[in-house]
Amino acid sequence: MSDRLEVRKTYKLYIGGTFPRSESGRSYEVTDHKGHFLANPALASRKDARDAVVAARAAFPGWSGATAYNRGQVLYRVAEVMEGRREQFVTEVSAAEGVTRRKAEGLVDLAIDRWVWYAGWTDKLAQVVGSANSVAGPFYNFSVPEPTGVVAVVAPQRSSLLGLVSVVAPVVATGNTAVVVASRTMPLPAVTLSEVLATSDVPGGVVNILTGAPWEMAPWLASHMDVGGIDLAGSGLDAVDLEKAAADNLKRVRRPVDADDDWTAQPGLERLTSFLETKTVWHPVGL
Amino acid sequence: MSTFDYAPAPESRAVVELRSSYGLFIDGAFVAPVDGAAFKTVNPATEEVLAEVAEGGLADVELAVKAARRAYTRTWSKMPGRERGKYLFRIARIVQERSRELAVLETLDNGKPIKESRDVDIPLVAAWFFHYAGWADKLDHAGYGPDPQPLGVCAQVIPWNFPLLMLAWKIAPALAAGNTVVLKPAETTPLTALLFAEICQQADLPPGVVNIVTGAGATGQALVEHAGVDKVAFTGSTEVGKQIARAVAGSHKKVTLELGGKAANIVFDDAPIDQAVEGIVRGVFFNQGHVCCAGTRLLVQESVADEVMRKLKRRVAALRLGDPMDKNTDIGAINSSAQLERIRTLAEVGESEGAQRWSPPCELPDHGFWFAPTIFTGVTQAHRIAREEIFGPVLSVLTFRTPKEALEKANNTPYGLSAGVWTDKGSRILWMAQHLRAGVVWANTFNNFDPASPFGGYKESGYGREGGRHGLEAYLDV
Repeated sequence: MSDRLEVRKTYKLYIGGTFPRSESGRSYEVTDHKGHFLANPALASRKDARDAVVAARAAFPGWSGATAYNRGQVLYRVAEVMEGRREQFVTEVSAAEGVTRRKAEGLVDLAIDRWVWYAGWTDKLAQVVGSANSVAGPFYNFSVPEPTGVVAVVAPQRSSLLGLVSVVAPVVATGNTAVVVASRTMPLPAVTLSEVLATSDVPGGVVNILTGAPWEMAPWLASHMDVGGIDLAGSGLDAVDLEKAAADNLKRVRRPVDADDDWTAQPGLERLTSFLETKTVWHPVGL
Repeated sequence: MSTFDYAPAPESRAVVELRSSYGLFIDGAFVAPVDGAAFKTVNPATEEVLAEVAEGGLADVELAVKAARRAYTRTWSKMPGRERGKYLFRIARIVQERSRELAVLETLDNGKPIKESRDVDIPLVAAWFFHYAGWADKLDHAGYGPDPQPLGVCAQVIPWNFPLLMLAWKIAPALAAGNTVVLKPAETTPLTALLFAEICQQADLPPGVVNIVTGAGATGQALVEHAGVDKVAFTGSTEVGKQIARAVAGSHKKVTLELGGKAANIVFDDAPIDQAVEGIVRGVFFNQGHVCCAGTRLLVQESVADEVMRKLKRRVAALRLGDPMDKNTDIGAINSSAQLERIRTLAEVGESEGAQRWSPPCELPDHGFWFAPTIFTGVTQAHRIAREEIFGPVLSVLTFRTPKEALEKANNTPYGLSAGVWTDKGSRILWMAQHLRAGVVWANTFNNFDPASPFGGYKESGYGREGGRHGLEAYLDV
């Protein structure tokens, strides 16, 4: 045992590519599963959530306009940088979720591999879900998928890293930008992930991560008129009011999932296609 | 110079046999409503009462949903896709066989010109059933997994602008995927849906697979909110769409919404102007402008604005407004007095906000509901006629200088259903198509529809797609 005093990290928000504290000046105590103090991360306010939406909107044209090849490389880069920080994630996930080191290693590996999986999808999805359409007339007609816009994500509460990556990666892989509310009781892996994103060529604002109480932020995100979609994954099964608020501008809604959902299962296309629009273009054919 | 006048060329209405009153179509039979309420449907071109129609109440909705559930569990969900498909092919054929009858009835009840119901609506209805008939036994190839399952009972509420066509958009994919349906037609246009019920009988469709409950908004609300419904599909206003989204919050119901629009039709200086003018006219005056994807905002590049407006006015002056049953009629009747009132109000707002109003010399019939084709120039983005859906034959004209300005103005709306682009430059078409936030982009054409072509909106124009493989997703548990 070294007698050197450890240099602790300040866990902050991640908005627009920078790491501010909450504008409210608030923080809250986070402990490990045994109740030992871990950190005082920022307790984000509704103003922080709105600032994050502004950042996500500003990042949308660039990110959705990037080539799919480029987005794929950036997401793959996230996996690369995560791999380098693997030990840190294992420690944080183990402390947060109260799982053995070995189990935590498995969860971190899956989270890294999930980025790789989604990175590979960016330039393939249009071929799988788009189409050339045989219309009855002299027209060239095709349909392509496009991102919805700014998507709010309430991350799973009990899967601090794998659950988080499983809901964020598919949203941004298709060109959306995201405002993410991390697990309230286990936010530290999410903050570390934001440090990975900041050093992985992910443009600022593409992913914004807020720590704090979902019930403080989610209603404002659900009713925000510049948010196009909302994933209620971690908001708890009784999210009726959030769903109602989302109807104000007809957000695309993914309903809550069971808190005990198994995030280790191989995902399908559902999360990739939840926040996509289909655009169909017609042009006459003729001489 | 001599003038060539058109002689009247009325389509015969003898092909349609109207009953004096109609019941609800539940479990394969026409039945009287439980509480006996009824309302009248009129011909909007003459205000003549066409028939009395049952007004479905809570008890009727209950019966219809139960019938649909029974048909779903006992028959339809167990039937091989191949057999379901053959029923849909049968329906498509009967629609073709009875197409003239359907077209005449549609025009009588809706007020649209016979040439549109005959050449657009009804042929597309048949095409829609024909297209989805073929999907019924191929769902495992649709890209939704190896064995995609239907949802169950579908509540479908449709508008009055394309009564039978909207029915086809809803019922054909629902049945192909293995669901059963309860459909509520619009209050002012229930007749072709009831004739369709007869077609289901002729096709020997098992009872309860299709149920038609006529009524007004309250009937639709009861249907949408019924706990026994697994899926809600709605086409209509954005306002009602939002109410539905709130009503189903927290339930298991899957929802698709096709709502309002305020489409930009963008004409660049290198566009084939004569074709563009035809497209502008078709874009906004087709079906009296009762079209959610109508090109109601004309964005024309400043350098050709004068030429476009001159040619557009000349063309609009040649449109023939009048008897919808006349085969030469271009513009028929407004569907209802309530809708006419809404159009009048917004047009007056347009004038009072300072836009210049123009209509060709145009004699309106004495009876019925009519509104002359109208063009507003000098419109700004702040004007209500440039922001709100009018759902009538009213065009708002704005100008632009650069492609980026055109794009900015086109996307400056909470809607996102459709858009039009007119230019001879290929790369510009594709750039515009890429950046317009709209579900359908018509380039050098406008208002084309096809069962193989996905249709639906971005933003507050709704969610979900209708048509083609994409349209199946709305009716599968995926």
